[in-house]
Amino acid sequence: MNEENNEEINRRDFLMKTGLWLGGIASLTALIPVVGGIFAPLLKTQKQTWRTVGLEKDFVIGTTSLVKFINADPEPYAGTTAKSAAWLRRETPNKFVAFSVNCTHLGCPVRWEVNADLFMCPCHGGVYYKDGSVAAGPPPKSLTQYMVRVYKGEVQIQTAPLPLTNLNATNS
Amino acid sequence: MSVLKKIAHWLDDRTGLRETLLPLLKHPVPPGAKWSYVFGSATLFCFMLQVVTGIALAFLYQPSAENAYHSLQFITHEATLGNTLRGIHYFGASGMIIFAGVHMMRVYITASYKYPREMQWISGVFLLFFTITMGFTGQLLRWDSNGVWSSVVVAEQMGRVPLIGKYLARLLLGGDTIGGQSLSRFFALHVFIFPALIFMFIGLHIYLVFRNGISEPPKAGRLVDPKTYRLWYKNMLKEKGVSFWPNAAWRDAIFSSLVVLAIVLLAVFIGPPELTAPPDPSLVLANPRPDWYMMPIFALFALMPPNIESYVIFIGPILTIIFLLSLPFISNKGERSPLRRPWAVFGVLCVVVFLGALLMIGLQSPWSPHFDTKPLTVQNLSLSNADSTTQNGVHLFYTKGCQYCHKIGDYGGLKGPDLSFVARRLSIPEMKIRIVNGSKEMPAYGGMLSKDELDALVQFLSTRK
Repeated sequence: MNEENNEEINRRDFLMKTGLWLGGIASLTALIPVVGGIFAPLLKTQKQTWRTVGLEKDFVIGTTSLVKFINADPEPYAGTTAKSAAWLRRETPNKFVAFSVNCTHLGCPVRWEVNADLFMCPCHGGVYYKDGSVAAGPPPKSLTQYMVRVYKGEVQIQTAPLPLTNLNATNS
Repeated sequence: MSVLKKIAHWLDDRTGLRETLLPLLKHPVPPGAKWSYVFGSATLFCFMLQVVTGIALAFLYQPSAENAYHSLQFITHEATLGNTLRGIHYFGASGMIIFAGVHMMRVYITASYKYPREMQWISGVFLLFFTITMGFTGQLLRWDSNGVWSSVVVAEQMGRVPLIGKYLARLLLGGDTIGGQSLSRFFALHVFIFPALIFMFIGLHIYLVFRNGISEPPKAGRLVDPKTYRLWYKNMLKEKGVSFWPNAAWRDAIFSSLVVLAIVLLAVFIGPPELTAPPDPSLVLANPRPDWYMMPIFALFALMPPNIESYVIFIGPILTIIFLLSLPFISNKGERSPLRRPWAVFGVLCVVVFLGALLMIGLQSPWSPHFDTKPLTVQNLSLSNADSTTQNGVHLFYTKGCQYCHKIGDYGGLKGPDLSFVARRLSIPEMKIRIVNGSKEMPAYGGMLSKDELDALVQFLSTRK
């Protein structure tokens, strides 16, 4: 009688544990693609590429102009969000500088005030000189620059991630 | 027995609705719970309004980076009553945030978070943060220029978090930049994840109200003692308790109905905020501004010293959450009456004044250049007869951007000092020094002005006395 009872308890215990383990495994297998889908942006290598933004001859020396380009790897359904912009300055015949439009304070789009020779941010009042260095306001560092090159008479910019300001930058 | 009654009887017998719901409706509550107890239910009704109007909006909305903006244009300008629907959802969000805040203040002032209601407070703190997150993600879903740039601003804030900031920002945007995935992610957060969390926590919050009872209106000198409170509360309910429905619930019903009516009226007569430019990150002439409930934070970013900013962005929210969650453990017994807890009342007042002041200054944004300021003219300065150098100075004052930040008369921005009477306090050489060298808050114009331009500007400014 006792033995039978023990057997019954062992059986129940085994089945209960099997049920819990199986449930755990089933949930885990189902969760892998869920987590994968949500965290995919961390796993995917983010591409960078050179984009032509205009012809070398069209940029006047000493001027700054807005250039637009398509991000490195936009989704087919990205629409207008596939676009980015940069402020391109031709300093000398051979020297181009491209600034990110994102203010280094909190990322708002800075605008080039052509007569004042300044970049100004509409959000919290950040101001930069024409070389991208901070002129006034809360920005902790100069405007971030893109890589620029001239290739067969075309000016090209290397796409880059949204420039993030981190703790180190704010301390320097 | 009529047929209807028979059906009702059958349903009740098979489902047990009455025996489940009646005790909840009729459960005894402390007497004297007056109008200050209506804000929680008003928040709940605002949430229900958000769920219903949110579902209706989902019938019309396209959650795609490419088309969301067009569908919002459609909702706002073409869909039948779409504008009103958006308006209700907008003012409903405002209502939910306001009443959640007022409810929280009431609970704090009357110390209802003390024993045994600590978990009510804690679940409420979570609900407050979920609600604010809903408000913010909802603003992004408009997916206009404001939505795009606001997402950039949030990504930048996350980027300031030490070590993992870069990954947080990338998770938020679904990539290294704003792109096709960004909106889908905000949509999933706003429509699935946070509503689900809110449902769960509201369930817990209300279950706890039934389990621990509504806190009785406090009386000075009647202390909460965890050892005796539950028994005392039970006896008090037995002696003096009144049935929740209808004795206490009629106030909730009336107040919440008025709130919903007010929201609908605001939606009809004021309507939702107009959409800004299309969601194109290459359109840089944007002027990103959050909705009013995020404005205090926006203002804080402009006003706090830049060298502490990275720490405040990261540590500020953590400290706030830790403080709010630990409150019922710091003080969970003793006096509840605001009459005996003047510092609590004072603290709430301080928070209200602080947030209110930040909101007002945020709406004004005096730190931002006024790009849309109308150019000063020699006519409105009565300088038509002045020499050409002075007149050129007036022109330069606008074109060089001085006027974006400095006011003269009724024209110009508020960031820098008002220069209407600048010649009364500064001599010409002093003005030149300021303009050429700038300051921490003003660019050094030395490299950007020719000698003639500087002379013209200063000559014009010297007429301002």
